[in-house]
Amino acid sequence: MASVCFYFQVHQPVRLRHYTVFDQNDQYFDDYKNASICRKVANKCYLPANRLLLDIIRRFEGRFKVAYSITGVLLEQLLSFSPEVMSTFDALAETGCVEFLAETYYHSLSFLYSHDEFVEQVNKHIDTIDYLFGQRSRVFRNTELIYNNDLAALIESMGRFDAIMTEGADHILGLRNPNFVYRPKGCSKLKLLLKNYSLSDDIAFRFSNRDWVEWPLTADKFARWISDVNGNGNVVNLFLDYETFGEHQWKDTGIFDFMRHLPEKILRHPDNDFKTPGEIAQCYEPVDTIDVPHLISWADTERDLSAWLGNAMQSNAIHELYRLEKKIKKTGDERIIADWRKLQASDHFYYMCTKYFADGDVHKYFNPYDSPYDSYINFMNVLDNLHNRCSGRRAALSV
Amino acid sequence: MLGWEFPPFISGGLGTACYGLTKAMGQLGIKVTFVLPRMVESKYATHVNLLTPDSQMSAETVEFGELKNVSFRTINSPLQPYSTPGVYQQRIEENLRQKHGGSATGTVIGGIDYSSNMYAEVQRYAAVAARLAENEQFDIVHAHDWMTYPAGAAVAAMSGKPLIVHVHSTEFDRSGEHVNQMIYDIEREGMHRADRVIAVSYFTRNTIISRYGISGEKVEVVHNGVESNGNWSLAETGIKKDEKIVLFLGRITMQKGPEYFLQAAKKVLEVMDNVKFVMAGAGDLMHRSVEMAAELGIGHKVLFTGFLCSEDVRKIYKMADLYVMPSVSEPFGIAPLEALENDVPVIISKQSGVSEVLKHALKVDFWDVNEIANKVIAVLKHPPLEVMLRNYGGFEARKLRWKDSARKCAKIYEETLVAV
Repeated sequence: MASVCFYFQVHQPVRLRHYTVFDQNDQYFDDYKNASICRKVANKCYLPANRLLLDIIRRFEGRFKVAYSITGVLLEQLLSFSPEVMSTFDALAETGCVEFLAETYYHSLSFLYSHDEFVEQVNKHIDTIDYLFGQRSRVFRNTELIYNNDLAALIESMGRFDAIMTEGADHILGLRNPNFVYRPKGCSKLKLLLKNYSLSDDIAFRFSNRDWVEWPLTADKFARWISDVNGNGNVVNLFLDYETFGEHQWKDTGIFDFMRHLPEKILRHPDNDFKTPGEIAQCYEPVDTIDVPHLISWADTERDLSAWLGNAMQSNAIHELYRLEKKIKKTGDERIIADWRKLQASDHFYYMCTKYFADGDVHKYFNPYDSPYDSYINFMNVLDNLHNRCSGRRAALSV
Repeated sequence: MLGWEFPPFISGGLGTACYGLTKAMGQLGIKVTFVLPRMVESKYATHVNLLTPDSQMSAETVEFGELKNVSFRTINSPLQPYSTPGVYQQRIEENLRQKHGGSATGTVIGGIDYSSNMYAEVQRYAAVAARLAENEQFDIVHAHDWMTYPAGAAVAAMSGKPLIVHVHSTEFDRSGEHVNQMIYDIEREGMHRADRVIAVSYFTRNTIISRYGISGEKVEVVHNGVESNGNWSLAETGIKKDEKIVLFLGRITMQKGPEYFLQAAKKVLEVMDNVKFVMAGAGDLMHRSVEMAAELGIGHKVLFTGFLCSEDVRKIYKMADLYVMPSVSEPFGIAPLEALENDVPVIISKQSGVSEVLKHALKVDFWDVNEIANKVIAVLKHPPLEVMLRNYGGFEARKLRWKDSARKCAKIYEETLVAV
C-alpha cells in the first residue's frame, strides 16, 4: 500500500518598509508592497491552484485528498488584500477532503527562543483555523520543518496532536527510508511523518530543469515512481511550497497540467491511495523510533538552521528580538505585541543570510532587499523603535 | 605602456593601478616598457626624488627593484592626470619660480591662455614618446587615460603596432556634464583610433559606448585589483581612542562627492555624538568643504588632513572604523579595496565601478544623504554588522588580485595581435 500524502505550505511574510534610523513612527510594514505581492501570487498561484484542486477533489469524489498549512500572517493578508482566495479555501474546506495543519501563527522560530511564546502562537493558529474553516488541527508542522526530540516532546505534552512532521533528512534516517510512520524518540503517542525529499523536490525544484535526465517529468512517470514504493513503504509524503504551482514553476512549464493528471495516474494502481496527514497517523503504526538530538530543517543541502541563524547579524537580530519579550508583553498593548510577533517571521532572518551570497545565488525569492546587510539594518532600526515604544519614551517626531 | 603617474609620484588611483598592473604583468613574464611624463617637483610627491632630469628633452631609465620585467622611460613634462588648464597654469608658475631660485615673486605670467599650452604639452609628449619608441622593441602599445592617447596613437602609427587604450576614467566622471571639449575630443579620438579599449568597469564601459560612440564589441572590462601591503599591527600607530572615526579618503573634488559626506555627517551627529569625521585628501573643493563643515555647525567634528603619503594613509586606515566613498561618478575606485585590505568596512556609492565587484559592502546612492547617515549609524552601532562587513569584505577584496587583471589584459593582447 502506498498512501500519497500531499501537504502544501502556504505563507507570505509581512514585509517591512524601508525604515531608517531617522524614522520615528510605528508604521513598520510596507502595505503597498505586501498587497501587490499578495495579489500577484494569488493570481498566479493560489487562485488557479485552488480551483484546480477543487476540480480534482470533486472529480474523484473523496478519493483525492490534500492538506494545507496556511500561516496566520498570510490569512490576515488574504482577508484584506485578496478575499477571493479565502472563498476558494472555504470551498476546499467544505469538500471534507482537505485537512488544515497547525503551525506557529507568525511563521516564527519561537520554539528555539521561548516555549511560552511558541505555545501561544500555536494555539492562536489553531483557533484561527477553527474559526475560519471549522477544523481543529491534529497534526503539527513547525516553521521550515525545524525539528528535534525536544520539539516532539513539547508537542506531545500539549496533548492535542496525533502527529508531527519534519524533513526526511538522510542523516536522521540512516539506512531507513522516509516512507513509513515513525515515533519520535522520547514520545509514547505522537507519530512522526517524514518528507520524502527526493520525490518532493522532483516536483518542487527539478520539474522544469531541462538539464535533469528525467526531464520532462510526466504524470505517468511520477506515478510509476510512487508505485515503486509499494513493498518498501506505506506512505509517500510530498511536502511542497504551494508557490511551486505558478511561481517557482511557472504555468508554462506545464506544472498545472502535471497536477491535473497526476491523481488518476496514481489511482490507476490499485494499491495506491491519497490520505491526509491526520489519516496517515490513524492508519499506520510506527515501525521504528527516530532520534534527532540536533535541530534539522528542510532548507538547503545542509538541512540545518544556517539559513536563518548562520551569521552574526542573524543571531544578533533574533536574540535582540526575543530579549524584548517580557517588556513587550508587559505593555499589554495589542498593537505593540502584534508588531513584535510579525517581526518574528523566519523570512526576516532569511533575508539576512549571506550563505551563497557571494556566488550571486541569493535567497532572493520575493526578497525585498538588495543585500543581507540592508535587511539587517532595516530590521534593527524597526526593532529599536519598537523597543522605545514599549519603554514609553517616544522619541520626538521629526517632521 | 604609456602612463602619466607612477608611485611615488601619484595624485590618485591611476598611478596605483599602473603600478599593480605592471607588477603583475612582469610576474606573468610580459615585458613592459613604461613611458612616464615626470615633473620635477610635485607637491604631492612627498617621498624623496629618485632622479632629477637635466635636459628638457632627455629620456631616462629608472629601475624599480620589485618590478620584474618592467623598465621605465621618463620624459620631463608637467603633465598631471587630474589637471584642468587652471591647475596646469599654477604648476608652470611654480616650476618657473623654482627655477628662479625659489623667489616667491617669480616671473610674472599673465594673459596667456594655458589651455592651448596643455594641449601643446600633450602633443609634445606624443612627439617625444614616438621618437623614444624608435629605439624600443615592443608588440603592443598600451596607453593609460587621455593624456597619453595622442602619444599612443603616434607610437602605434609609427611602429604599425596595435593600440590599446585603457580607460581609468572619462571626462564625464571628472567634470560631470561640464566637460572640457578639448579633453573629450582627445579621449574620443584615442578610443576610436584604438584597436581595443579596456574599461575598468561595466559602469565605464557604458559611458564609453553611450557617450563616445564606441562599438561595444571593441570594449572589454578588466576590473582593478588590490595590492597586498602585508600586515600592520595596531600597536604600531599607538592610537587609543574612545571616539569612532568615519573616513573620507580621496581627492576633494566634485567627482568624489565631499558635500554628501558632510551632509551625512551632520545627520549622523544628530543621533550620536562620539564620532569624528576625517577628510583625507586635497583638491579644489577643499576650502569649500572646510567652510561647509563650519556652516553646518559640525566644524569641531570634522578633521581635514590634506594630502596623505602612503604611510599616513595606512595609519589613517588603522584609526578608521568606517570608510565612506560617496562618489558622484567613480569609474572604478581602488580606495575601498585598500580600506578593506586594512580591515576597514566600507560604504560605497552605487555609481561606482567597484560596486560591481564588491558584495560585502554597503551601497548607497551618493545623493541620498539620509541613507548614507542611516548606514553609517548602523555600522557604528551594531558590532555584528561591522565585523561581518570587515571580515567578508576583506576576504572579498583580497581575492581581487592584480594578477587576474594582468591575465585578462594579456588575453586581450593576444586576441588583438591575432586580429591584426
